[in-house]
Amino acid sequence: MVTVLNAKVLIGADKLDTPVYTACCSDLMSDVLAFVDEKTVLITGLTNPHVVRTSEMLDLKCLVFARGKIPTDDILESADEQGLVVLATKLTAFSACGVLYQMGLRGVPVPTQWDQEDKK
Amino acid sequence: MEPLYTGSYHVAKDDYTSAGHASADIKRQLKQIGVSGDVLRRVAVASYEVELNLVIHSLGGDLTLNVYPGLVELISSDIGPGIPDLKMAMKEGYSTASEMARSLGFGAGMGLPNMKRNADDFDIKSTVGVGTTITMGFHLA
Repeated sequence: MVTVLNAKVLIGADKLDTPVYTACCSDLMSDVLAFVDEKTVLITGLTNPHVVRTSEMLDLKCLVFARGKIPTDDILESADEQGLVVLATKLTAFSACGVLYQMGLRGVPVPTQWDQEDKK
Repeated sequence: MEPLYTGSYHVAKDDYTSAGHASADIKRQLKQIGVSGDVLRRVAVASYEVELNLVIHSLGGDLTLNVYPGLVELISSDIGPGIPDLKMAMKEGYSTASEMARSLGFGAGMGLPNMKRNADDFDIKSTVGVGTTITMGFHLA
């Protein structure tokens, strides 16, 4: 993943062999909280403490910050305390998703309101 | 029935900096008690959502964790302003959140539906001018 994203490893260089099976990409933490799957990598352009707190609640393993954004040190410290792997890539979120998809990563199946409506 | 464990957290209006601290502590306490896996994650997500709702929408309130044999209960109780249209509030994508909340990645209108989805039991009561109480139950296998 580091190679295809041409990423900088900001946190967790010793944990790069942690497996992830699915991915989600969003700047909406409310939406991310609906993706309940711990082996998910989150690709986001948002760099505030809530990204890390959201990851903590979901037990996510890996964060990818897109478009060259680097979160502040206090955010990285709390990510480190949680044992997260944090990457930063120059790619836009769209392109980062594209290369990861090509690599074989797939999205998380997410329940939507449509499913309930379809059942009716 | 007396809970085996109880914890209470005050959540202040507009306190975006601390938002999530209560939920992080709730998650830690439950982990120590021995709650794990899927249930722990569902409680953590619902707790974080409800805590954020208190910060974003309420005038302030309290988040209470009760652990009973076989059951984790989360109660959020605020002092207003109350929800005028509960049916709309429960709809995914409907949001009345401020620009501030949105800039932090919230206010997508997923909070209440996501709580309902994660909890095994979900009850919400709201009176405009009085406040909102949300009670969620999570069954321990």
